[in-house]
Amino acid sequence: MPGKKILSLWPKYCCIGITLVFLSLFLVLPLFIVFGEALRGGITTYLAAITEPDARKAIVLTLMAAAVSVPLNVLFGLAAAWALTKFDFRGKSLLLTLIDLPFAVPPVIAGFLFVLCLGTNGVLGPLLEAADIRIIFAIPGIIIATLFITFPFVARELIPLMQEQGREEEQAAISLGASGFKTFWHITLPNIKWALLYGAILCNARAMGEFGAVSVVSGHIRGATNTLPLHIEILYNEYNFTAAFAVASLLAMLALVTLIVKSALEWKLKRERQLQSLDEALLPERTVS
Amino acid sequence: MQLKRRRRHFLPGFGLTLGYTVLYLSLLVLIPVAVLGFKAFSLTGDVYWNVISDPRTLAAFKLTFGAALAAATVNTLFGFVVAWTLTRYPFPGHRVVDALVDLPFALPTAVSGIALTTLFARTGLIGRLFAPLGIQIAFAPAGVIVALTFIGLPFVVRTLQPALEDLDPEYEEAALSLGASRLRAFFTVILPTLRPALLTGFALALARALGEYGSVVFISGNMPMRTEIVSLLIMGKLEQFDYEGATALAVITLLLSFLILFMLNMLQWRFSRKTQPAG
Repeated sequence: MPGKKILSLWPKYCCIGITLVFLSLFLVLPLFIVFGEALRGGITTYLAAITEPDARKAIVLTLMAAAVSVPLNVLFGLAAAWALTKFDFRGKSLLLTLIDLPFAVPPVIAGFLFVLCLGTNGVLGPLLEAADIRIIFAIPGIIIATLFITFPFVARELIPLMQEQGREEEQAAISLGASGFKTFWHITLPNIKWALLYGAILCNARAMGEFGAVSVVSGHIRGATNTLPLHIEILYNEYNFTAAFAVASLLAMLALVTLIVKSALEWKLKRERQLQSLDEALLPERTVS
Repeated sequence: MQLKRRRRHFLPGFGLTLGYTVLYLSLLVLIPVAVLGFKAFSLTGDVYWNVISDPRTLAAFKLTFGAALAAATVNTLFGFVVAWTLTRYPFPGHRVVDALVDLPFALPTAVSGIALTTLFARTGLIGRLFAPLGIQIAFAPAGVIVALTFIGLPFVVRTLQPALEDLDPEYEEAALSLGASRLRAFFTVILPTLRPALLTGFALALARALGEYGSVVFISGNMPMRTEIVSLLIMGKLEQFDYEGATALAVITLLLSFLILFMLNMLQWRFSRKTQPAG
């Protein structure tokens, strides 16, 4: 019996060992490198690197791209989830597939799509030029590319959840005379608020960190069209490693905050789902009594 | 008429939300993709031939698809161990480790790119260990595989975890108590049940790796014919304003990746058909 016990324990320690070694080498070490290299020149150099004018402009542009794309994609996610889960219509699965399309398009190709449409030699190029509107190699291009890349995140979180929750609660509210908006605000939104926040957090992380697509449409104009990831690339290619890592540490902190909020929300969502299934399990008894 | 419509859609807002969804989707995704499609059809065969016959293109495709396959394979193996450990053997701090698995997803690719390059360069903490053996990781094809492995890890683990949670240990215990060896129980009981999830995880990691740009450009060194990926080649064509060449490359890349993912889906479908009547 003791022999058998040892036999059944070795896979456990083996698995935990492999997991911890693999994840420390691949996940923890890179994170340490970012902060270690950032602080290599001392705290003053660090602060100087993240407060110099070009870095500050990159921070503002990154925040702006996220501030536009997160609300717009949240609005789209809500509309798409409502249309796709509360009604039955033809072409529903096609629409679902198309919403996922931006995930399948490589970032560089995504950026290129908008150069083809809106660039000087693009389809709308002459029209935009006549109106003196510059989109590609300017800030609007960066925002559009970010919108494309982060497009499916919110919709993807909401659709499965709202599908699972069904339509009964909303139908009850409407039949009792509530308006459509009131029903959404008081019935649907409280049911999906954590999933909505979850999708928005993922959308935000991707919006602030996007590199490939933004790189294509930005034109790399220093202090004008550089987001934080692009600013990191410039500093790194100039062999200004400490400054590159200092700016990178800002994005690494954003990633850590994202992870913390994400796991808190996952815990919350899991609990809510458990409570819900418990409710459903108890429901028949309640109707009997 | 009004009554009829109401009966069909009891809840309000169908026209508004569907209209908005389709409009937004069309403006942001469908029309741009269609423009690429039109551009692709308007190109002459010569443009495609020039792109395909360029040895630099072939080398880039070989590296991109080869490294992505290698990374997805490594991820499937290690991702399985990680997911297994996290669901079956809760150890102190497993919650933190579980949250960390999503780091490659949350960390901007430019940041992971420069961090991995520093780590795996000849003087870096890990690269230093391999340098005496004559193995170069950063600025070599191996570096591309490292970056793509980092990027793809969460996809495999997050796909496997729910499948493993559903897998009742009773089945393997039954197999073990009936005299099967651990290895046999693993290969005949556990692995077949997890095959769909493993395949999905592999496909997701592969899809992500095929398009990855940010982390790779730093670690690969971008040497033509040796460490240049397709995305970088497209970028190069764009910088020279060779939009025709870029279109040809983009369309070929998209078609090849869709083909691979389609084949994986077919495989998935065959597996699920095979296992369903038995289960």
